[in-house]
Amino acid sequence: MPSLVSHPDEVKVVSRRFGLGATDIDKYVELDGYKAVQQAIAKGPEWIITEMKASGLRGRGGAGFPTGMKWSFVPKQSEKPKYVLVNGDESEPGTCKDHVLFLHDPHAVIEGTMIAGLAIGSKLGFIYLRGEYRYLLKIVEKAVADAYAKGFLGKNIFGTGVDFDIITQTGAGAYEVGEESALMESLEGKRGVPRIKPPFPAVVGLYGGPTVINNAETIANAPHILLMGGEAYAKLGSERNGGTRLFGISGHVERPGVYELPMGYNLKRAIYEVAGGIKDGKRLKAVVPGGSSCPVMTADEIDVGLDFDQMGKAGTMLGSGGIVVLDESVSIVEFALRTIAFYQHESCGWCIPCREGTDWIKKTLTRVYNGGGNKKDVDNVQYLAENMLGRTFCPLGDAAAMPTIAFVKKFRKEFEDYIEGHKAGTPIITVEQLVGAH
Amino acid sequence: MSEIANTIFSPETAARFDHLVTIYPLKRSALVPMLLYAQDEIGYISDVVIAEIAQRLDLLELDVRNVLSYYSMLRTKPAGKYNVQVCTNISCMLRGGYEILDHCKHKLGIGHKGTTSDGVFSLEEVECIGACCWAPAIQINYDFHDDLTTEKVDVLFQMYRDGQGKDVK
Repeated sequence: MPSLVSHPDEVKVVSRRFGLGATDIDKYVELDGYKAVQQAIAKGPEWIITEMKASGLRGRGGAGFPTGMKWSFVPKQSEKPKYVLVNGDESEPGTCKDHVLFLHDPHAVIEGTMIAGLAIGSKLGFIYLRGEYRYLLKIVEKAVADAYAKGFLGKNIFGTGVDFDIITQTGAGAYEVGEESALMESLEGKRGVPRIKPPFPAVVGLYGGPTVINNAETIANAPHILLMGGEAYAKLGSERNGGTRLFGISGHVERPGVYELPMGYNLKRAIYEVAGGIKDGKRLKAVVPGGSSCPVMTADEIDVGLDFDQMGKAGTMLGSGGIVVLDESVSIVEFALRTIAFYQHESCGWCIPCREGTDWIKKTLTRVYNGGGNKKDVDNVQYLAENMLGRTFCPLGDAAAMPTIAFVKKFRKEFEDYIEGHKAGTPIITVEQLVGAH
Repeated sequence: MSEIANTIFSPETAARFDHLVTIYPLKRSALVPMLLYAQDEIGYISDVVIAEIAQRLDLLELDVRNVLSYYSMLRTKPAGKYNVQVCTNISCMLRGGYEILDHCKHKLGIGHKGTTSDGVFSLEEVECIGACCWAPAIQINYDFHDDLTTEKVDVLFQMYRDGQGKDVK
């Protein structure tokens, strides 16, 4: 069972009920639970969206799109029913924050779903967890059942005349389903492949109706924002990056775990102070800052604030907040191969650049790793990755290409030294030959 | 009482399926959960399971197979009673995921996707299971075991052999 960690620098908003037994509905209510949704019913959709916009909350799944704005894009009048879809299909390597959230505070996700529903005029919400989280689904299912039993969900919630239902389910093992349009396809009982955009889900989403899709952590922040006020929440974070965020720090650190830190918190401090520094006194080599799709940072690049804008300026991304720390013992060649092997496995095959690109990069890096590489391979890998960028329906192609490009650009010498040290006499193969051979 | 006269599922699962098709705005939405629950009960998605689910959802068997083949957790062949899934993705790899996998292979005497001759365990190397901060981690059926060492793995296997392991479904 995942253990909880804490550090004095944490600012606990979304995690403030963790470890307090808030999976029990009475305990949740005692800890201000279901107050925010009742306020939301009383004050109406415009108030909710105003507060959400003021909070500066940006999507915690990785894209960082302003949540209040996303909710305001949903048309007020619609012939088709509107839906709220909570994305709990957390599958990005390095990311396990929603795991802790569902484990300790499932009612916050439920209450957030209801608030999003009220904001856009929806009567039905879905909470979709990844297939591997079946034991967490049981916790969420129980929480939903308890909320129905109390009259917080269903017809005439809190006796206010408002109706709202929630359906919970899991997927069955597919990283791609974490992409919002693939998630909708999966929920409609199809293969989880992405849809072409536009139209965007806010206009044509689940079952063709206007749909708001948010990451589970984003949704769970909504009740806290309404209770403390949007502006107060915004002040916790940095400029244009309101509030706090759950960061999962994993890999070679002394105290790995999920910590809630203010947006803009220094990455170097997060690693050296919050997570206790590098394991066994070794030296830091590199950091993958926000899940495996984010371009790697070298040890001397990490003195930077953890928010969407500052990480962007630093040439990488905040992503899903999954910080993976690599010490000096790690072979970047092996790490890059393991990363691309994941994307090759998870590519849905829908678009050619992603399906073929991930496969060829994996094949090339496998050969390099096994000692059959040559220096031209490093160029080939970069060429293939650069040609995937921006050429796919969904961001999976980019998610595979971006880290690959960063690995070969920032650690080119290590790749070349590795190839030199592992010569196996394989003839030089060009990109043209690679493509032709397929 | 199930809508299907000759259901292959237990009365509880059949009743669950009857309920599932009523809750979604579109019946077909129940497909992925149904396949998972069917697999939990039968052990794998057999041709008979496919036929019944297709019938329950007014789909072609081809539609069911098309979806079934997409998701990595769904299988068309039996696995062991306890399916051991070892994560070797980046966070687990950095903290000894491959050592755990090698140890499991050695201990169980089987490789990736293999099943022990007594049918108790099967083994799989899997992609990230969302236990990065508690790495290395494995999942046995739906139960997580994290912060592992090879010694802890030995204890776990013995627990499952002795019937003391959790069996979350």
